[in-house]
Parts: sequence; structure tokens; C-alpha cells
Amino acid sequence: MRAALARLATGVRPHLGLGPALLLLAIVFLIPVVHLLQLSFLDSAKGFSLEHYLRLFQTSLYVKILANTFKIAGLTTALCLICGYPIAYFIATSAGRGKAFLVLLVLMPFWTSVLVRSFAWIVILGRHGLLNQMLTAAGITDAPLDLIYNLGSVLVGMTHALMPLAILTMLAAMQNIDANLSQAAGTLGARPSQAFWRIYFPLSLPGVAAGGLLVFITAVGFFITPILLGSPQETMLAQIIVIQIDEMLNWGFAGAVAVLLLIASIAVFYVFDRVVGMSALTGDMAPAGAGKQGFLSRAGSRLGYALIAGLGWVCDYLGSGWDRIFGTRGPHGGRRYGVPIAAILVVLFLALPSFVLVPVSFSGSSFFQWPPVGFSLKWYDAFFSSPIWRSAMIRSVYVGLATAVLSVAIGIPAAFALSRGRMVGKTALMAFILMPLVMPHIIVALALFYSFSKIGLVGTSLGLVLGHTIFSLPYAIVTILAVLKNYDIRLDQAAWTLGASRLVAFRRITLPLISAGVITAFLFSFVKSFDELTVALFISGGVATTLPRQMWAEALLNVTPTLAAVSTLILILVTVVILAGEYIRSRQPSS
Amino acid sequence: MQDRDHRQPKLELRGVSKRYGDFAALKRTDLSVSAGEFVTLLGPSGSGKTTLLTIVAGLSASNTGEIWIDGAEATNQPVHKRDIGMVFQNYALFPHLSVFENVAFPLRMRRTPESEIKRKVNRMLEVVHLPHVGDRLTRELSGGQQQRIALARCAVYEPSIILMDEPLGALDKKLRDQMQVEIKRLHTELGATILYVTHDQEEAMAMSDRICLMNRGGIEQLGTPQELYFRPTSKFAADFLGTSNLFGAKVEGVGETIDLSTGFHASISALRGADVGPGEEVDVMVRPEHLRLLKDGETADNVVPATFEGTMITGSVTRHWARLDDGTTIVALSLTTGPTLSFQPGEAVRFGWPKDGTVLIRPAREG
Repeated sequence: MRAALARLATGVRPHLGLGPALLLLAIVFLIPVVHLLQLSFLDSAKGFSLEHYLRLFQTSLYVKILANTFKIAGLTTALCLICGYPIAYFIATSAGRGKAFLVLLVLMPFWTSVLVRSFAWIVILGRHGLLNQMLTAAGITDAPLDLIYNLGSVLVGMTHALMPLAILTMLAAMQNIDANLSQAAGTLGARPSQAFWRIYFPLSLPGVAAGGLLVFITAVGFFITPILLGSPQETMLAQIIVIQIDEMLNWGFAGAVAVLLLIASIAVFYVFDRVVGMSALTGDMAPAGAGKQGFLSRAGSRLGYALIAGLGWVCDYLGSGWDRIFGTRGPHGGRRYGVPIAAILVVLFLALPSFVLVPVSFSGSSFFQWPPVGFSLKWYDAFFSSPIWRSAMIRSVYVGLATAVLSVAIGIPAAFALSRGRMVGKTALMAFILMPLVMPHIIVALALFYSFSKIGLVGTSLGLVLGHTIFSLPYAIVTILAVLKNYDIRLDQAAWTLGASRLVAFRRITLPLISAGVITAFLFSFVKSFDELTVALFISGGVATTLPRQMWAEALLNVTPTLAAVSTLILILVTVVILAGEYIRSRQPSS
Repeated sequence: MQDRDHRQPKLELRGVSKRYGDFAALKRTDLSVSAGEFVTLLGPSGSGKTTLLTIVAGLSASNTGEIWIDGAEATNQPVHKRDIGMVFQNYALFPHLSVFENVAFPLRMRRTPESEIKRKVNRMLEVVHLPHVGDRLTRELSGGQQQRIALARCAVYEPSIILMDEPLGALDKKLRDQMQVEIKRLHTELGATILYVTHDQEEAMAMSDRICLMNRGGIEQLGTPQELYFRPTSKFAADFLGTSNLFGAKVEGVGETIDLSTGFHASISALRGADVGPGEEVDVMVRPEHLRLLKDGETADNVVPATFEGTMITGSVTRHWARLDDGTTIVALSLTTGPTLSFQPGEAVRFGWPKDGTVLIRPAREG
């Protein structure tokens, strides 16, 4: 009997670890989203109706906004990929300390809130902003230009916000490309440009597609940047949702808009899967044409090859022309400067803007003005002496800590189950866990708002923690999984044969070895929650506000340097946490 | 490729060296390979053999020296213009291209007309006995098949020199033996000049026209497999190829033979030929297969007394261990031919060998 039970336990055990994670995702993510979708089909009397959808398409207004949303998201995606590719390539093909530093510079903005970064662009692009000051001072323009509150500023803000995502996704795929392949192409007679276009570029395409997909999906659900940096002409779909809920509390219609967003996202995913194949999303190297062999992908890949071969020859001619004019480069020392320069410019574009907020926070003036006037600590004083800001800060910290604890506590067993258990449908489970990340956040936030309002969780810290954990958990699981991938299970087995019980082996052997991953997961979960605005916007109503939520409310009323002061504090905190995470990761024994 | 010009080397390295910071990965090295020759760079890891290969390929730059390929200087030529073919350790087949396109790649880079590409690739696939896999992706092939495609890809454009970086390292023993034969066949069939890197001495012995034994970033000894095996010039060479018995001795006289005294009360002799003079301290190397356990009354050119330690039958050969009076362990090899001599551990025995089995090695001149 005992033996049978034990056998059952060992057989089932690996799968059990996933239990809490799946339960949480089902209750706090899946059910609310499904609920929300249902809601969009109900009229005010709770009967089935398509009135919300009819309303969507009755006037051309919403169709226009939908088209506008796609246009902005599409342009943002294109900008992110084109500007992000050189840096991803540069990082993937360089080595050593410089590489780690570059990754860090890309990671920093990735973890800094979109809100803070949008404020930075207000300082830079504003009428009395940094750029206008520079242009006037240089005598290029007489009067300040309208650089902000138009499509350009929205694109700049969104590209700045999403490019790290594109870079990191492309980098993940590029790091799986065998460096020998380009060398092999060289020995076979391919000039560097040929080797790049015929070998490296096609192999990196799945990563490019994956980056594009993630950026597009996230961009489609954006509302912070268009509200802060755009004009009514740049209204995006997600803004409609915010307005419908904030001002009219029209659930059904907001739900219908969310469904529209969701359908758009799913359509994009569908096309992606047909052409590229889903495996590209995880950074696994899927050779081109690994997608389902449909007409679309075959025609696509044939066209692609013709195009790539052509590009190869064009660059080849350009390259040999260059050689003829400036003399042949040596076989090695002649790494072109183009890529590094482009990469460094992009890194500066990503890393620098946030820091313009630091001087503004010490300004004596009451505006986001450049250059800052005088020196004053009054904005910090205003922050620390205001009970609202103080309580928002405290709340953000403990909600962040609670989120991190919960994410790690649930994430560890889930990661173990995924890495050790041999189970059917592992890919599907992984996809489910990652789903909150690849769905426009606003849909989840809206769904949570609705469900939580039924059970009295709106405006509570518990509600916030649960909502944030949905987004932190995937990061936590992926981070811990990465450590476990390098972890040799025979170490555990050795410990068992040496007389350690499973629990002791976990505590004395496993945990110390994966601690770096666990701590990193904890820190990132904390930062993710600390910066989070979308869920907080809906869930933390009234006095129970978080720091980003309070900044948002303040920004809509009046943009004062207090926001710069808060942003500076957030920047410092996030920087410290990220650096700590990197430090711990770099000291990791394995890998 | 067909007409073998033996006066002009296919590949010549003159004073090539490479350092990484303070570490000399490759000391000043000269090497000359003639057309159609199969030369193996053999050595332990870190001996500089792969460094040398990548410098020849143009994948890394040498700090000093010159590289000449086919009588033209190639030192500063970029990789893609060097006319070399390289087989990588993990094959480096392009995963997104079909087998056909992989083999066609170097031809496309050389703007070969389409019809000729088709003809050459198909012929090459036949040469490597894989005529029907052209449409497949490379990862659908087995390890041995991938290896052959890698060979086909670098042989198809008839490069001046084919470089191979431990190409058989990823294969299991049986497949490795098979591929050794295959590569040798290709070598003769195509008349290719091959520079081959391995750390496997048996592989090197089996395949090479000449072996370039490398150690600590320099060439230890260069010669035919026979020369390296039977006339090693250093302790390292003696030790690295095959097993060897080594002990110190002093040259007593050089007459018709060279007579030596040892530390274990036995005088031994060697054939003349080694460049040594009386009074010189040398190392003596005897291959285990030259050593014979002597029966009572049996004698040989050289006889040493020893204490028997044990016997082990390892298949077709039998090993006997014994200890000399000065504590050196020696090993003798004989074919396993039924129940032969049986000694008890601790018993006093005698080993003998012919004087042409005595190899004298002058002690290393460190530097």
C-alpha cells in the first residue's frame, strides 16, 4: 500500500508543481478574460445582443481608430526592428565584458516604466524642451518647432519603449546561430556581406519575426504614450477602453473594443504561426520554412530567398567598390565600423533620455523646462512631505515585495515541473503561462477590474498583488527555467545516494546552486510590479493608489517637476535592483 | 590540382606565430606542404594545432610571418579569397539550406553557371555516396552523412588546400574508422592537398603522409608516421605516439654500436646513427612490442633484469608489467597466442630486445 502510494507520488510529483501556477492563472487570468468577452455580447438588460459591436462599426470613428492603431503599431514595429537589428547583431557577435555591458544598457530601459520614459520625452521634445533649445541655440531654427503631440513624438516614445523587447527577442535567436557558419561561408568563398545576407540574415529571420510579433502585440494595446505624447489624432484603441471605463463605465462596449483588440492580436499570431512557426518565439532556432508548409510560407520563402540573394550581391558590389576606392582591408582587422556605430547610437537613444529627468527634478521652475532653472530640492520636499505620495510609495514597495514573493514561491515548483517532468502538452502549458505577456495588458487589466469588482478586490492590495503576479510569474518561471536548464540533475541523484532525503538535497544542493536564478526572478518580479501602471490604473482606485498610478493621475492634471523627482527616485531604485540582479547573475557558478 | 608540381609547395608557412596577450599560442613556425600531400597536425589540446589551422584558413591573423599558397603570398588575403576549403568540427552545415544548396554554395559564390553547378554538385554527391539526399535539409541526415556532405561542400570547388579541424571528433568509434577510409579515398581520388587536425594519434598514424607533432605552441617533430613512431626525437614524441618505455642512460662508447650504461646494472647497445658522443647522458626509448620476456637460457642483444608485476590480456595482445631495479616500470607487448609464460608477481625475470629497437633521445634542450 505504502509502496503503491510512493510510486504514485513519484509518478505524479513533477506535475504537481505546476498546480499553483495553473490555478492562479486560471482564476486571475483565464476566467476573468472569458467573462469580459462574454460581457461584450450582453446588452444592459443582460440579454444576448450584438449592440456593442454594431456600435463599433456604425460610425467610421472606431474603424478609423482601429486603422490608426494598426498604423501606429506597424510603424513602431518596423522602427524597432530596423533600429534594433544592428545592436542585436552587434551584441550577438561580440564577446566579453563589453557584451554584458551592452545587454545591461538595453535591459535598463526595458525595466524602467513607460511612464517615466514618456515624461523624459516631454522634456526633450517639448516646446521649451531640450531639442528646441539646442536647435535655437545652434541657430538652426528661429522659433521652437512643434516636435511633440503629433505622430512623430508618439512613434519616438513607443519605439523607445518597445525597442528593448525587440532587441532582446532578436538577440535570443541570434545567440543560437552557430558562429562557425559565417566562418564556413567565408572559407567557401563568400565575402563578409554575402555571408551575412545569405547565411546569417536568413537564420536570424525567425528571431526578427518573433521580435516584431511581440512588439506589435504590445504596441496595439498601448495607451500611456499616445495619451502623454500624442494628440487626439493619434488616439489608439486602448484609449477608447480607458475612456469607456473611466468616464462612462460602459462595460459592454469596453469589452467589445477589447475583443476587437484580441481578435487583431490573434490574427497576427495566426499569420505568424503560418509563416514562421511558433517555436521561434522561444528563441529556438527554427530554420526558415519551419512553419507549416502552406502556400503562404512557401511563396514567402521563395520570394525571401530571391530578395536575400539580391541583397547579397548588391552589398557585394558596394563592398568591392569600397575596397577598390579605399584599398583592401586585411582579413580580420577590417571589421566595418557601420554596425558598431549604429549600435552605439541606438544604445544612446535607449539609455540616455531617461536621465534628462534628473536635472529637471532639481529645477526651481514649476514646469518641465530645459535647461532647468536654478537649483532646488523643493520637488523632492513636495514628494516626501505629501501623505498621498508617501503612502503611494509605501504601497508600491510592499505590493512589489508581495508580488515577488508570490511569483517566486509559485514559480519555483512550476519551473521544476516544466524542466524535469516528462509530460504531454508541455509546450501548450508553457504557452498558457506566457499568455499574459503576449496579450495586450489592457485586456487583462479590464477583465480583472470587472471580476474583482464582483468580489470586492478592487482597491485592495491583495487585488493588486494578484493582478501583478499574473505578469511577473511568466518572467519568474522563465528565469528559473533558464538556470535549471544548466542544472545537472545527477547532482541531486548523487546527494540521494549519499544519504540525503529529497528535502535535504533540495535545501543543501539544489537551492544554493539555483539561488542566482531565484534571486534574479525575485528582483525582476519586484521591478515589474513596482513599475506597473495598466493593472494599477483599474484596480487601485481611490486612496489606495500606487506610485505609477499617482504619477499618471498627476500627469493628466499638471506636469510638474515633482514627477521628475519621483521618476528620478524610480530610476535610481530600478537601476540598483537591475545592477544587483546582474551582479548576482554574473557570480553564478555554472553556465 | 592534377599536375603535381613537387618543387613548388602548395602551402608554405614562414616564421608564422601568434600570441594572445602574454600567451604564445603559436611559436615561430615553418611548415611546407606539397601538392597532394596529407599532413596531420597532431598534438594535445592547447598545443597550437588549431591556431595554426585557423591562421592558414585566414580566420585569425598571425602576428608574424608569411603564408604562401600556390606560390602566391596569402598572408593578408581575406578568408573568402584564399581558395581553401575547411571542414569544421561540427561540420557547420547551413541549417536553412538543402543539402544540394549547401554543396552548391561555394560555386554560387564563384558565380559558376547554373548548369555547371548542377553537374558538379551531383557528381560530388555521387563521390561521397549520397546521390539521393540533395533535396533534404541537412539536419535530417545522420552524423556520418552530414560529415560526408561537409566533405563534399569543401571539395566541390577543388580548393588548393582542404583544412580539416578534428572532423571525426563527433562520431562514434565505428563510424570514425569508416570515415577515415572514406577521407583517404577522397584524398587519393581527388588528388587533394589536406591539412588535418586531430589529437587522436591512431587517426594520425592511419591517415597521414606526414605528421606534424605539436606541443606547447611549437612543432615537436615533423615526419612520416614511421619516423615518428620508430625514431622519435624527444621524450614527448615517444610518449605521445604509442606507448613507450623510457629510462636514462649514459653513452660509454661509440664503436660499431653505441654502448650505454644504465642505472640498473645492465649495459645495453644501440645501432649507430644517433648523433651522440661518449659521456653524454641520454634517454633510451624501447617500444613495448620490441620487449620480450625471456625464458631461461634465452638471450637477446640487450637484456635487463626486472621484477615481474603482472599480466593482462587485452584481446589480441597481452601486456606484461615489470619493475626495473631503479624503480622504472616497463611494459612488454606480445600477441596473445595461447597459454604462454606464467610468472608470479615478485618473481625475477629478464627482458630482452634487439639493438635496433633501442632509440636514443637527447635530453630536451629547454627553450
